[in-house]
Amino acid sequence: MDQTLAPVLEMRNITKSFPGVRALDGVSFDLRAGELHALVGENGAGKSTLMKILGGVYPHGSYGGEILIEGRERRFHHVREAESAGIAIIFQELSLIKELSIGENIFLGREPSRFGVIRWDELYSRARRLLDDLHLPLDPRTPVGQLGIGQQQLVEIAKALSQEARILVLDEPTAALTDAEVLTLFNILDRLRARKVGMIYISHKLDEVFRMSDRITVLRDGRSVGTKQADELDQARVIALMVGREVGNIFPKAEHAPGEVVFEVRDITVEDPDVRGKLLVDRVSFAVRRGEVLGVAGLMGAGRSELLTAIFGAHAGRVRGQVLVAGKPVEIKSPADAINYGIGFVTEDRKRYGLVLDQTIVNNATLASLEHISGRFVTNMDAERAACEQAARDLRIKAPGVLTITGTLSGGNQQKVVLAKWLLTKPRVLFLDEPTRGIDVGAKQEIYAHINRLASEGLAIVLVSSELPEVLGLSDRVLVLHEGHITGEFTRAEATPEGVMACATGHTERAA
Amino acid sequence: MSQQANEPVIDRPPVTADTAPARTIGGVKVPMTALRAYTMVFALIVIWLLFTWATDGIFLEARNFSNLMRQTAVTGVLAVGMLMVIVAGQIDLSVGSVVGLTGGVAAIVLTWLGWGLVPSLAAAILVGALIGALQGTLVAYANVPAFIVTLGGLLIWRGVIKGISQGSTIPIGLTSFKVIGQNYVSPLVGIIIALLAIAAIVWLNLRRIRARTRYGLAAASMFDIILRITLPSLVVLGFILALNSYAGVPIPVIILLAIALAGAFLTRNTTFGRYLYAIGGNPDAARLSGIGLRRHILAVFCLMGALSGMAGIIYTARVSSAAPDAGVLLELDAIAACVIGGASLMGGRGTIFGALLGALFMASLDNGMSLKNIADFTQDIVKGSILVAAVALDMLGRRKGE
Repeated sequence: MDQTLAPVLEMRNITKSFPGVRALDGVSFDLRAGELHALVGENGAGKSTLMKILGGVYPHGSYGGEILIEGRERRFHHVREAESAGIAIIFQELSLIKELSIGENIFLGREPSRFGVIRWDELYSRARRLLDDLHLPLDPRTPVGQLGIGQQQLVEIAKALSQEARILVLDEPTAALTDAEVLTLFNILDRLRARKVGMIYISHKLDEVFRMSDRITVLRDGRSVGTKQADELDQARVIALMVGREVGNIFPKAEHAPGEVVFEVRDITVEDPDVRGKLLVDRVSFAVRRGEVLGVAGLMGAGRSELLTAIFGAHAGRVRGQVLVAGKPVEIKSPADAINYGIGFVTEDRKRYGLVLDQTIVNNATLASLEHISGRFVTNMDAERAACEQAARDLRIKAPGVLTITGTLSGGNQQKVVLAKWLLTKPRVLFLDEPTRGIDVGAKQEIYAHINRLASEGLAIVLVSSELPEVLGLSDRVLVLHEGHITGEFTRAEATPEGVMACATGHTERAA
Repeated sequence: MSQQANEPVIDRPPVTADTAPARTIGGVKVPMTALRAYTMVFALIVIWLLFTWATDGIFLEARNFSNLMRQTAVTGVLAVGMLMVIVAGQIDLSVGSVVGLTGGVAAIVLTWLGWGLVPSLAAAILVGALIGALQGTLVAYANVPAFIVTLGGLLIWRGVIKGISQGSTIPIGLTSFKVIGQNYVSPLVGIIIALLAIAAIVWLNLRRIRARTRYGLAAASMFDIILRITLPSLVVLGFILALNSYAGVPIPVIILLAIALAGAFLTRNTTFGRYLYAIGGNPDAARLSGIGLRRHILAVFCLMGALSGMAGIIYTARVSSAAPDAGVLLELDAIAACVIGGASLMGGRGTIFGALLGALFMASLDNGMSLKNIADFTQDIVKGSILVAAVALDMLGRRKGE
């Protein structure tokens, strides 16, 4: 690496807060031309936030610190401004329009035109040249929807190059790619390196990181814990940097006394509803006991949510495997079946999957158990209110009353309403998927206390969380998923952040 | 465990009606849902006064009031069904055509086949329900958007009745059929209905008080209870007396009131109704809560179809014949009534009461402008503008509220 080269990008002392959370705390980061600089860290460490600041998603003024591009300070108020400064970000969710052709997508919003009339020949010949540069054997007139995910990603890169991007950010670029597509991508990245494009590479897959990157920066809890040449580090060292934090005492130590197995799944296999034959979860088996908290750890895309959704009868694609409730095999074809067998599912993303925001607390809380609480057909509002108020007291929901519209509550209280909804179904086993995502620390602590209380009352709990300390702090046992497989199982005593993270990144495998 | 002062914890049993979302107006706390209804009622009173003034009092005379109510019946029946469709996040553009078709079916069974009154009524409602079932199946199970299915239905069912009737108007001879659209119940029956309604209001309130004590909820205040009993009772009594002062309550109005009551009960007091709001408000959350989306959407289209059949009967009975173009554009009146009454086309929001007020509002505009002999085209422009303005005002108010 040529040390005399001035960095193409420098981010100095970046600080960003959200209500109740400090997402970034004085992070400095730099990128040289022709370098691939990996940015790694646990979910929630602040990688995406840092990139959104760079890309102008969070405008200047909403964060602290400064951004220098080729030595000059820049203030982006808008995504467009960052783009014109030569920054291109390729997010995990691709931003292509499936109905439009490759060429149309590449030049979307910047179509070569004269008097407002698009010059199609020029557009397609320029697109042709870009694709040739990348050695992509694609016809620019092909609709993007006909391409595989991997090829779509490469089209995004072509689009970035058409904007003369000198700083290219790739967020988990290989998450949806086959091995062959990964190879193609890496070849292209090497070519870009030769063309002096600076690249920021965000990935959970450490083997890829070490294969591709010149330097590695590790973020942890919104801080940079070190930037090193890749050859000065190894995977174990990076994992230690990622998790090396003191776990605060926000987890009330609770001893659960697990009883008999109440819930078990065998060889659950879940197929991607969009891609035939692609398995999101591959032959996963586990059992949960009465009063036990089973944590499921894993990185983004490991198949954790899909596993729970599939067991619950709510997955769109094909699901195979066996589910046993209290030792008896059952067939779950729909969420209604799952609820009848005593499974509760506090889904991730409460606004999207959990709540009818326009409706009152009581209407949300009783939604999954209406026919039991209220009556088969004719409802009894007073019975519902009584049940809901009891649940609201137990969970300490802060609201003027149970007739408050749910959408007006804080995130933590909304989450408690979702929890109340599932507790009112009187479940035997409760799935919790990211139960504390996006809520403040105080509310988190309350949710933790509730989880411990429910377990000590005999509920079996399956806890999925991207926050490792949460899984480790609450679980009696931890399963680790990596790309749809179980790669590790730990008891509470054995579970260390390093051990779990090594399994989650696919670095090691470990049997119970 | 942090606890902000302005966010009281629900750790006290007494949660009463005063905890519903409310806005304070002049020192009086008014629940938001009631506020919307009051605005509607207020708007209605304003245009009634306006038309009364413009027509030298003819508008609110007993005869015209009776007419107005009868005119509301068909749109009102459709609006009840449409409200449920809209709350579930769907739309039905075919109802005008289904009114035409079912009215035609009733007339054919009666006049051409000579099967008598009951088979004729049953046929109309059954055909309506079957059409609803077909359209609902396509929407719920084949995932064809309701807009498309029912837009197709709008053309198809109109075509079917034109074909069957060969474009001719089928007259109705049977008096017992025409009664449905044209007659009145005797004033005495009206009074009996009023008394029954008032008895029901009192009984419901007493039952509520008992239920609240049983579930350990705080009792409502005496003032609240008296208001809850007297206000609706007075409205019922005044309404019946006003209609009695002409010829009694028109039978279509009785039918509308019965259907509206059933609709209000269905939406407010049944699991079915609750699920409709959940499905329209957030289909993903509803599905994950174990609610069967498909069968509820199918059911709501069946109901809409059956009610279209009912509206077809009233319409045909009122005009004593079934014309192939009967009911054209009624779907738009029904949708407008729901929207003016506060329903959201995005689903999840709206009440039967609001839809009825909306239907009455639309009928009042028709009636009043016709009394003034305002040209047809002007009427259309005014109705269209009011529809858009009502929704625009509502959106502005909502944005401020959020």
